[in-house]
Parts: sequence; structure tokens; C-alpha cells
Amino acid sequence: MPVTKILRIIGSRTVDAVWRAGYAARFFLMILVYSGTSFRRFRLTVKELFSSGVMSLIIIVVAGMFVGMVLGLQGYETLKRYGSESALGSLVALSLVRELGPVLAALLFASRAGSAMTAEIGLMKATEQISAMEMMAVNPIARVVAPRFWAGVISMPLLAALFSVMGVFGGYVVGVVLIGVDEGSFWSQMQSAVDFQHDILNGVLKSLVFGVAVTTIALFEGYDAPPTAEGVSGATTRTVVQSSLAILILDFILTAFMFRGD
Amino acid sequence: MSSQSLVEVRDVNFSYDSRPILNGINMTFPKGKVIAIMGGSGCGKTTLFRLIGGALKPNSGYVKIDGQVIHELDQNGLYEMRRKMGVLFQFGALFTDMSVFDNVAFQMREHTNLPEEIIHDLVLMKLHAVGLRGTHHLMPAELSGGMARRVALARTVALDPMLILYDEPFAGLDPISLTVVGQLIRRLNDALGATSVVVTHDVQESLKIVDYIYFISNGVIVAEGSPDEIQASDKPFVRQFVHGEMDGPVPFHYPAPNYAQDLQVRN
Repeated sequence: MPVTKILRIIGSRTVDAVWRAGYAARFFLMILVYSGTSFRRFRLTVKELFSSGVMSLIIIVVAGMFVGMVLGLQGYETLKRYGSESALGSLVALSLVRELGPVLAALLFASRAGSAMTAEIGLMKATEQISAMEMMAVNPIARVVAPRFWAGVISMPLLAALFSVMGVFGGYVVGVVLIGVDEGSFWSQMQSAVDFQHDILNGVLKSLVFGVAVTTIALFEGYDAPPTAEGVSGATTRTVVQSSLAILILDFILTAFMFRGD
Repeated sequence: MSSQSLVEVRDVNFSYDSRPILNGINMTFPKGKVIAIMGGSGCGKTTLFRLIGGALKPNSGYVKIDGQVIHELDQNGLYEMRRKMGVLFQFGALFTDMSVFDNVAFQMREHTNLPEEIIHDLVLMKLHAVGLRGTHHLMPAELSGGMARRVALARTVALDPMLILYDEPFAGLDPISLTVVGQLIRRLNDALGATSVVVTHDVQESLKIVDYIYFISNGVIVAEGSPDEIQASDKPFVRQFVHGEMDGPVPFHYPAPNYAQDLQVRN
């Protein structure tokens, strides 16, 4: 392949990517500008909270429980070598609250609710429902997109918190009930190790950022999807891939700022 | 513009990138009439439809509705104008997450402060007008294609628009639904005192209900007239279109190199 052709391809892909990033940023700003309806008519947001938040409960509860149980098992095995099994409670809780809760809950949210948002909006566009709404003088960003955005942003920290709670419970079941770690030290070590502001609030902040990232990507991909079956399926795939990468990259950046040197 | 015309399309040119779609279109839609815009697939009629609805801007020329140039309106002005318009999309475009009742009530709830009891009565009246009052509790997925189109029609006229736009209202309907939708378009137009524009390629059904017809081919108006004039027309394009002839000004074959050459026939 001639060099000029390669350069041309690289150039056009770069321009496309920058253009798309700009379009996505503009889309995000439009969501914020047209968010009034989501709060004035909170019923619309509550409906979306149900479909993205409540409907994700089962996967979050079950996954959280099992992740906590695995942490209990693995943590015990490692801690036992150093004779510090009593620190199991703090290990399980810190891992969950700081990292695994926000990150895994966001990954699950992206695949469960994010993909559904993309597919729904993409299909609404493909079946001209979005155009119909515009022709009825109703702004689709305000009426359809913004309530879903806020529902995602509100439900993400709640789901992450629930994930962590279930994980701690799973760790307790395996560590204390099954293996026999001392119950008193399990809870007291956890209580003294976990700091509300440093650990819990930072974890909540992480999940808020992930919520914004996942829902923005999901809604943008749906809104921008070509109105065909292939277009919608491609957009759904991109939502899951891009959200997952965004979560992990953002997690690194946030962790670097929040927990450096301790 | 005469006081009797609601929509005026003047010297409209439009192209996607460098591909010309419409070229110097002039049309006038008088108040109270049902007008058909006809032409084969890809002739530019849907583009014209979008220009009238303000979804696209012409490269030159203008579309004036009720004295206002559509592409010069800002978003608020455009939305204000659209509240006076009703649009029926090709396959109805009903909101699939809402019941039939909620679909018809949608604009009333968005744009008015009417109490729920009045909305209830209005919605049932609109559904009754299209013969589907009994379906108000169903979801769009439970309706047949023809019924969905009629519910969409009820939703289109929910706020008694002055201008109703129909994009291929007859596409994919059985003969009974076809007649029902055709008759409803005429009756609702007359009952509301509205003006209707029907973009379609269904000649026979349109000729029964419309007052005036424009034929578009390759982005220009090639013929226009009342249904009687169109049926009596001896223009080759109109004859081919009205009678559904295979070959004529619209060729059967897509342009291709010499057939014998393509098949590598040797003399």
C-alpha cells in the first residue's frame, strides 16, 4: 500500500475520531442544558430509575455476594500465611468499598442497563419515534435522553453501595460462618480500617463518575446509531466495549488522585 | 401569497453534499385542500416533506407556512409552528413503551395544562374518530399494521392541527385498511378544516381522495393537476406512473454497459 494512502487513512480516521468526540461532548452539554424536565417532571426519571436501576438489582446482588465470597476465601488463604486472619474483615471491606464495588457494579451496569439504553434509543430512532417526537415539538433530548441520563447517574452509586454491602455479607458468610474467623475481630477490624470520608465517600465519587461516563456513552451511541438493525447492534457492542474501557481508565486516574501514597 | 394558501414552496433547491435532490420546486397548497406529492422511490419527495416540516433547510428558495419562512425560524419558533402541524410517519412511529391511550394523549400532556379527565375524553373522541376506541388499553405491539396507522392518525390530529403531513400513509396496507386510511385522511381534513399533504406513490388510492397532485421526477415537478386532469394526461411520465407501465421515461434497466459485451459474446 502506498505511503500516501496510509497517511490518508490515518488522517481521515483521526479527523473522524476528533469530530465524534466533539459531537459527543456537545451531546453531553445538550443533556445538561435540557435537564430541567427530568427534575420538574421527576416521574419521568423515576420510570427510568426503575428500568435501569431496579431491573439491575438481581445481577448486582448476586454478583456482589459471590465476589465477596471469593474475596473471603482468597483473603483468608493469603492472610493465614502471615497469621493475620483477623484482618479479613478490613481486607474484604476496603477492597470492595474502594475498588471492586464501584468498578464491578459499573461494568455490570454497562452491560445490563447501558446496552439496553443504547438499543432502546437506537430502535426509537430507527422506527422514527425520535423524529415523530421532534415533529410534535417535543425535544427528544429533554423528554427521552435526559431522564435516562439522570436515572443512570442516580442509580449507579446506589447499586455500587449495594454491591459492596452484599460483598461484605458474602465475605462474612465465607470467612466467619464457614471458615470460622473470629466474628468480633472481623467486624471491629473492618470498623477501624474503613474511614467514611477517605474510603466510602471516594468510592461513591468513583461510582458517580462511572455513572456519568457509562450513561453518556450508552445514550450517545444509541442517539448516533445508524437507523438499521446492523447500526443498532454495532452501537450496542460499542457501548459495552467503550464503557468498560472508560470505567477502567477512569478508575486508574481517580485512584491515583484519591489514594496515592497510602 | 394569497390569503387562501397555507403553504408556499418557492424555487426550492436542495442537495445532499454535492448530490442534487430537488431543483427549482414551486408549489402552493390552498387552505382546506388535500394535496398529493407523487413520484417514484428516490425522486426527492421525502426530502421535500422534511423541508416542509423544517427538518432540513433548502440551499436556496424557501418554504412558507402561514406567512412564516420555515428555515428562518429559531428552535422556539419552529417548535411553535410544529404545534400547529401534525405529521404521520410511514409506519406510524407510535411510541412503543406507551399504550395506545398514552400515545394519543402524548401531545396534550406535553403542550397543554388540560386536566386528566378532559384528556381522557378527548383521547377517546380521537380514537373513536378512527374507529379504534376499543383499543385504548392495548400496546402498539398488539396492533395490526393498519390499526397502528390509524392510531398514529388519531395521535397526529390530537391537537387539531392546521396542516397535516402524511409520509407514505398507504405503504404496506391491505385493501381494506387502505380504503379506511384514505377515507380518514379526507374526512379528518374536512372535519378539522385543515390542509393535508400526502407524500405517496399509491396512485389509485390518492386519486380518489385528493384535490390536487404534483408529480416529481429527478427533483423537478414534471406534471401537476387535479385527479381528472392527471387521469386524462397524455404526458409519457404520468401515463407510465398512473398505469404502472414497466418501461417508459423511467427506464426498466439501470444504466449498464452493452449487454453483449458484458456477457462476452463473440461474433
